[in-house]
Amino acid sequence: MIPEIGHFALIIGFSLALILATVPAWGAWRRNSRAMALAPGLAVGTMVFVSISFICLCIAFLQDDFSVKVVASNSNSLLPPIYKFSAVWGNHEGSLLLWALILSFWTAAVALFSSQLPLLMLSRVLSVMGAIGVGFLSFMLLTSNPFARLLPGTPADGNDLNPLLQDPGLIIHPPLLYMGYVGFSVAFSFAIAALLGGRLDASWARWSRPWTNVAWAFLTLGIMLGSWWAYYELGWGGWWFWDPVENASFMPWLAGTALIHSLAATEKRGLFKSWTVLLAIFAFSLSLLGTFLVRSGVLTSVHAFATDPARGLFILIFLAFVVGGSLTLYALRAPAVSSRVSFEWVSRESLILCNNVVFLVATITVLFGTLFPLIMDALGAGKYSVGPPYFNAVFVPLMALLVPFMGLGPVSRWKRDSTRRWQSELAVPTIVAVLCGLTLPLLNAQYNVWVALAVALSSWLLLGLLRDLWYRVRGAASLSVGLRRITPSYWGMFVAHLGFAACVTGVVATSQYNIEHDLKMKPGDIEVIAGYEFRFVELVPARGANFVADEARVEVTRHGEVVALLAPQKRRYLATGQIMTEADIDGGLFRDLYVAMGEPIGDDGAWAMRLHYKPMVRWMWLGAILMAFGAFTTVADKRYRRVRAVASAPASEALHGA
Amino acid sequence: MAPRLKLFLPLIIFAVMSIFLFRGLSLDPQSLPSALIDQPLPEFSLPVLGQDRLIQRQDIVGEPALLNVWATWCVSCRVEHPYLLQIGTSGVPIYGINYKDEDAAAQRWLTELGDPYRANITDREGTLGLDLGVYGAPETYLVDANGVIRYRHVGVVDERVWQTILQPLYQQLIAEGGNGGVGG
Repeated sequence: MIPEIGHFALIIGFSLALILATVPAWGAWRRNSRAMALAPGLAVGTMVFVSISFICLCIAFLQDDFSVKVVASNSNSLLPPIYKFSAVWGNHEGSLLLWALILSFWTAAVALFSSQLPLLMLSRVLSVMGAIGVGFLSFMLLTSNPFARLLPGTPADGNDLNPLLQDPGLIIHPPLLYMGYVGFSVAFSFAIAALLGGRLDASWARWSRPWTNVAWAFLTLGIMLGSWWAYYELGWGGWWFWDPVENASFMPWLAGTALIHSLAATEKRGLFKSWTVLLAIFAFSLSLLGTFLVRSGVLTSVHAFATDPARGLFILIFLAFVVGGSLTLYALRAPAVSSRVSFEWVSRESLILCNNVVFLVATITVLFGTLFPLIMDALGAGKYSVGPPYFNAVFVPLMALLVPFMGLGPVSRWKRDSTRRWQSELAVPTIVAVLCGLTLPLLNAQYNVWVALAVALSSWLLLGLLRDLWYRVRGAASLSVGLRRITPSYWGMFVAHLGFAACVTGVVATSQYNIEHDLKMKPGDIEVIAGYEFRFVELVPARGANFVADEARVEVTRHGEVVALLAPQKRRYLATGQIMTEADIDGGLFRDLYVAMGEPIGDDGAWAMRLHYKPMVRWMWLGAILMAFGAFTTVADKRYRRVRAVASAPASEALHGA
Repeated sequence: MAPRLKLFLPLIIFAVMSIFLFRGLSLDPQSLPSALIDQPLPEFSLPVLGQDRLIQRQDIVGEPALLNVWATWCVSCRVEHPYLLQIGTSGVPIYGINYKDEDAAAQRWLTELGDPYRANITDREGTLGLDLGVYGAPETYLVDANGVIRYRHVGVVDERVWQTILQPLYQQLIAEGGNGGVGG
């Protein structure tokens, strides 16, 4: 019964979304304020019914209702309850429902938190989001119903969730990622609404900025968690593979990064209007493209869900409709003449432009690399695969190129600056940064020129930011007064840029200084890596709720003192018989010690073991957390609340202007 | 170019892209270019991984066997590996093609994860891969007793693929014996 309620709620949600997509849009066109006023209520209604549907699916999973097809193929009665819950989105149908649920949350949030937005604008924004909802809900109802039953022939027990997905990181990774993906739909809808209204001005940018920052922050966290999961769960210590599905989440992030910077220029200076709109369309289109690539079977990937060409065709048509439609609208409505606002070459505007160019090139690089095999195949030019060497070769120099712009940007003035001022502002940070680059890598056993470069660039970013902060507070009566005067927007930028510096340092240090030993060890054996003594103490059997395992006990000592006791496992999952490697990691700010088990060798209890010493690997994820935290912080800026108070002014203007 | 026309550029680029995506739907990345099915396995002479000898086409022809293209840089190969071990223990001959890889890394992989292969052909430059039309690792070819390629699977061989596709075909090849098949 419960699955049928879920199915029914989904149909009602679809109907409400359909009304939301049409009636307020019609109202905005005919200036019918009663039709427009329906939008917020419909948005909340859609959210309520999609939530009911989602809860019903959760109940089906938690109650082991194996008559429901997705439950039977993705869960098992032995599965721990928390993984039964996360199994809801560990499959194609359920993850689509999560997508639709999060979209309905964002739509309702826009409806609830934008009461000061002009009704005309709000109804258009919500209608666009409703239309996206219609696309996803009809996709689900027509091709991927999560509530399909297996009647008769209900299996006694389920197929179990893929053991790779039975992990705490995977419980929150997809929801965070989807929060980011779908969050870009808000910026997209604002852009479309602005194009429809024919008014692209600073207020449009100001409205969509906080939403975009939040979406970007979620996407950052989602990608970070994915990378962290790959690191400790896949069992060989890698953290990024340039897999098509990883790329699918990375492309909207890159475009989104360009977007949040470009929005700043549009809001503050009224510049790059058409360009910003285009980026908003790009960011969301790339999110949709990601969804298409994962589910259509066009590219092979470890992440790919069960694929089906019928589904692929549906998403492609939807994609063509959304992206093609919005780009057509853009071509017809975007202002063709460049804005009258001018800026000089030495200014913050041009640095933001540089940022945009770098991120756009990066996006296109990743897009090209991801689609290249497909394009060559479609042209009949043979089958290819594009691997990490291509991406690293293009990506690393691009990111290095970014740092100089990033260092100069925050300390530069809008409209016009002078290179002489740059010199005086950044002379000291530059000298200190070069010294840091030369000396800090000496702390490690061997000197490495790439690490030196990364340290120099990162510390240059850090020192430049600190010096700028100092300039901002030194005029104040006291330090605390000065610090309090700084806006959340500035703090957000500050923290996010620090996060980027930490990320760069972490990536370079861990790639260059990583030490990895693969060897045969039997109980009692000792191996020394980077001054750490790994002793294989014993091998013990272990048991979990739905697996049995061999567990190695490894004691790590340094200078005679015990640093860590690690217990990696080799698990066999009972339902599927799958073998999984569960690495154990002793984490730290400056180094991770990582042990994973391979296969047993011979009869004397020896195992192939993989030991890693990974310096500063956590800086990468901490950096990503800082970036996300920074983006969240900016939303607290008073400016966005004040906007709502004055937003009624452009409202009347918009009503007779458009 | 008129300023308005310039704004159509993104749309045009997207239109071109969707044509490729549409083509992509009808192309199965896991399907073989039909040219190689029922064709003899190409000739090769390449070193055996971890040994000081060369292996040639005639060394592996004589009974139905699986040819598995793998590499240590390939994420999916790691997923596939446990199944290969299972299949290997059940007595099916599997030959590995270690594709564009480093020997040391490949040997480490085999000691660590187990070795399901009769022998591994080291295809460092990807020449054999080129002849076979390898799209990417992992890929698995089913070769009959006459050395004719009978099936190609792109992607991970898991329990489902083995039980529903490869094993029935393999049993059929065993039943055909050495003189069935479509020419050699």
